[in-house]
Amino acid sequence: MLTSFKLPSRLGTLAIAIAASMFGMTAQATDITGAGSSFVYPVISKWSAAYAEKTGNHINYQSIGSGGGIAQIKAGTVDFGASDMPLKAEDLAKFGLGQFPDVIGGIVPAFNVAGVAAGTLVLDGPTLADIYLGKITTWNDPAIAKLNPSLHLPSSHITVVHRSDGSGTSFNFTDYLSKVSPEWKTKVGEGTAVQWPAGIGGKGNEGVSAYIKQIPNSIGYVEYAYALQNKIGYAKMKNAAGKVVEPNTASFQAAANTADWKNAKDFNLLMTNAPGATAWPITATSWVIMYKTPKNAANTKVAFDFFKWAYEHGQDSARSLDYVPLPDSLVQQIETYWSSEYKM
Amino acid sequence: MQATSAEPLARDTEHRSRADARHDFIFRILLRCCALLVLATLLGAALSTLWGGREVLFKDGLHFLFSADWNPVEDQYGALAPIVGTLVTSLIALVLAVPVSFGIALFLTEIAPGWMRGPVATAIELLAGIPSIIYGMWGLFVFVPFMAGIEPWLNDTLGNIPVIGAVFQGPPLGLGLLTAGIVLAVMILPFISSVMREVFQTVPARLKESSYALGSTTWEVVWDIVLPYTRSAVIGGIFLGLGRALGETMAVTFVLGNSYNITASLLMPGTSISSSIANEFNEAVGLHRSALIALGFLLFVVTFIVLLIARLMLRQLARKEGR
Amino acid sequence: MSAIYTRRHLTNIFALVMSGVATLIGLAFLVWILWITLQNGITALTPTLFTKITAYADQGGLSNAIVGSLIMDLMALLICAPIGVLAGTYLAEYASSSRLGASIRFLNDILLSAPSIVLGLFVYVIIVLPMSNLTNGSISFSGFAGSVALALIGLPVIVRTTDEMLQLVPGTLREAALSLGIPQWKLTLQVLMRAAFSGILTGVLLALARLAGETAPLLFTAFGNNFMTVHPLDKMASMPVTIYQYTNDPNPALHAIAWAGALLITLFVLALSLLTRILFSRKKVSYE
Repeated sequence: MLTSFKLPSRLGTLAIAIAASMFGMTAQATDITGAGSSFVYPVISKWSAAYAEKTGNHINYQSIGSGGGIAQIKAGTVDFGASDMPLKAEDLAKFGLGQFPDVIGGIVPAFNVAGVAAGTLVLDGPTLADIYLGKITTWNDPAIAKLNPSLHLPSSHITVVHRSDGSGTSFNFTDYLSKVSPEWKTKVGEGTAVQWPAGIGGKGNEGVSAYIKQIPNSIGYVEYAYALQNKIGYAKMKNAAGKVVEPNTASFQAAANTADWKNAKDFNLLMTNAPGATAWPITATSWVIMYKTPKNAANTKVAFDFFKWAYEHGQDSARSLDYVPLPDSLVQQIETYWSSEYKM
Repeated sequence: MQATSAEPLARDTEHRSRADARHDFIFRILLRCCALLVLATLLGAALSTLWGGREVLFKDGLHFLFSADWNPVEDQYGALAPIVGTLVTSLIALVLAVPVSFGIALFLTEIAPGWMRGPVATAIELLAGIPSIIYGMWGLFVFVPFMAGIEPWLNDTLGNIPVIGAVFQGPPLGLGLLTAGIVLAVMILPFISSVMREVFQTVPARLKESSYALGSTTWEVVWDIVLPYTRSAVIGGIFLGLGRALGETMAVTFVLGNSYNITASLLMPGTSISSSIANEFNEAVGLHRSALIALGFLLFVVTFIVLLIARLMLRQLARKEGR
Repeated sequence: MSAIYTRRHLTNIFALVMSGVATLIGLAFLVWILWITLQNGITALTPTLFTKITAYADQGGLSNAIVGSLIMDLMALLICAPIGVLAGTYLAEYASSSRLGASIRFLNDILLSAPSIVLGLFVYVIIVLPMSNLTNGSISFSGFAGSVALALIGLPVIVRTTDEMLQLVPGTLREAALSLGIPQWKLTLQVLMRAAFSGILTGVLLALARLAGETAPLLFTAFGNNFMTVHPLDKMASMPVTIYQYTNDPNPALHAIAWAGALLITLFVLALSLLTRILFSRKKVSYE
């Protein structure tokens, strides 16, 4: 019994020892933390695992949504933020931040309707907007039927799935809907989080995909890799040129080719509703956001090294997940931006 | 010789008792500081959330509570949808959990044979030990599909009753307010039933025996003797369960559907205070963050009041017993 | 007369049957949830779970989350056990009938059921933000902040059990010791705590069972980490948060890993609460 009594005092010594080691040690975290966009999570997590094996440096990337990425980098709690919504010049200036693209990808309408295979359903912008406005509520609505004369669509209720967190995927999606539907523009507008007129909310591209997979007769919007990897049905879209296009690297590339990066200050440029007969209408860029005067120079250096490595060696894994790697001219432009804008 | 040796001894004793008194004093202060930390935690949580929520509370005041507009694009935040969702799911949970808990307590105190009482009571209490994230997983992967299966049936039966029919109308999503309420009911069941069981056991045997002697049935004894005797504590137990249901996060966030649209139907998705915080806190800045922290403050105050009532009611019975 | 009797009799039988049905409903949910966890968890229990980190997602395991959880749970206990035991001792030995004692005891009971997500917000405000401001962002979310949040969950459990267990110690023991001239602090530490040791230990284990399964307080405090870290000031992975993230994912391979994690946590927590029950029932026998 006496020995057992001594336990608390031993625990006390242990606690003091641990506390001392915690605060005595120079708090040198070896990990670089990034957070934000779930749109780029599949490719960044692949890069990060490969980069860790190559260099031993850990890039801890947490998929908390673009809104989260912007908020956390502004609060200075992470080393870099990732967002599919570019920050405006005045916002960047106010916080002393800089931003550059890391990858381009496509957002696809994804659905779960029994008997309708992936890539067979055709939608256009106004119809998609009406579904998300809650005006089209069944799958056999004339507007959908007109676009899909050959498909037999059920009379079931459409369950709309949107994001519950602040999301760059939502931003590009609602930006597209605002461009094609005046009613959407006035009633809802665009943003990382909006007041959704209908539907249920999933957390991240992950959560939206999971709900679509689980709930019959649902529709949502996700980054293409999520639809492909999880074998979720995706729709073809009628683009700005009035042509029906299939989502794939080629159509994302076609949209990306219309981008005029040279004249985009801070790479602030959206590709939604891009012109061109083969362009995918909801193509999006993802940006990395970092402080121009680093709070932690060593960490920032590793982060730059990571993205440099990704531009050079990460192309194949990006392509294998159906993202569009950045063109060489853009990568050069980014590296010039680094040396001119960032104080290293 | 004796006198000279006794003097240092006396001085020594006095010295020692003074040291003891000093040590006692320090020890007492240390203990009291630790105890005050409990107080500081509660006060700190209340004050820090109030401070964090001041922006939206000053800007909108009471309007914050009654506005259904949660619109990050316009930077307008009204708490009505999360408040309604929290209250509705908790009420569903109570409506379902109270009779079941009462049944369990009745069974365990009056009906079950002696050998069965301990193990069954332990098993029911294990429900309280299962982490809430496990309820969330089970809810999403197992219970939501199950509910999606029976919801068309609810539509066809309860949904056709006039007036209350609208409450059971909706697409068979599986998730929504009703599903979240049922999951919460399972979670709070062990809390309510264990309080009821404990207080039922405190009813003096002579009261029950007198009633039996007059020819009462078991049910009449429980309904007319046991329940009135323990009424305040039973209500306390129910409020304790309510307090749990109001603040639960992980179990409901997967099955609630995260929608800020308020509907009449229980089969439609909704949101709750805690799941709004869990979903949006990491990305929120400015007024949005302030609104979420203010929601946290609101949740804290409401659960505080509910739990306060619970403890007061529970104490009433203890007083009556002279404990 | 006999009609009334029959009605009373039938009401009685109906009520008794319904109470049996209620008990079966409660047990059915327990069995349902445990069975689903066991069934899905066991098939996914593989050695890679313990050897690989979460950075490899569905090709990986949970090793960093397991280590993170162990570290944070242990640190949380190291924080809340001493404070909780001392606070409980204060209530039982120094303030058993004072007004301050009564109100602290009352508030402690409320803290016991306080919404854990609000405690997470509180720790975010008092630890994560100030640390981030002080260190210019190089320390922000951390395993340490996570353990403080968990400690706030465990604290009221320990306070309450310590208080109750010390009150079970017979007063004669105190009187005997005091009559020998022992100072109060020695009496408390060397006599009373020894007598109530197994009861206090029960409280600590109960607190561990309670905090080990918590997710909500960790979301805004420990954040998450895809790599292995043992440094308390790093962002840290934990089992419940990883399970939360994997459950949210559409990938069935990640669901499997989440179920395996869920099984580990559930077994750990239920084993602890059964263990405390055994300890506690022994305690009751020896003092009643």
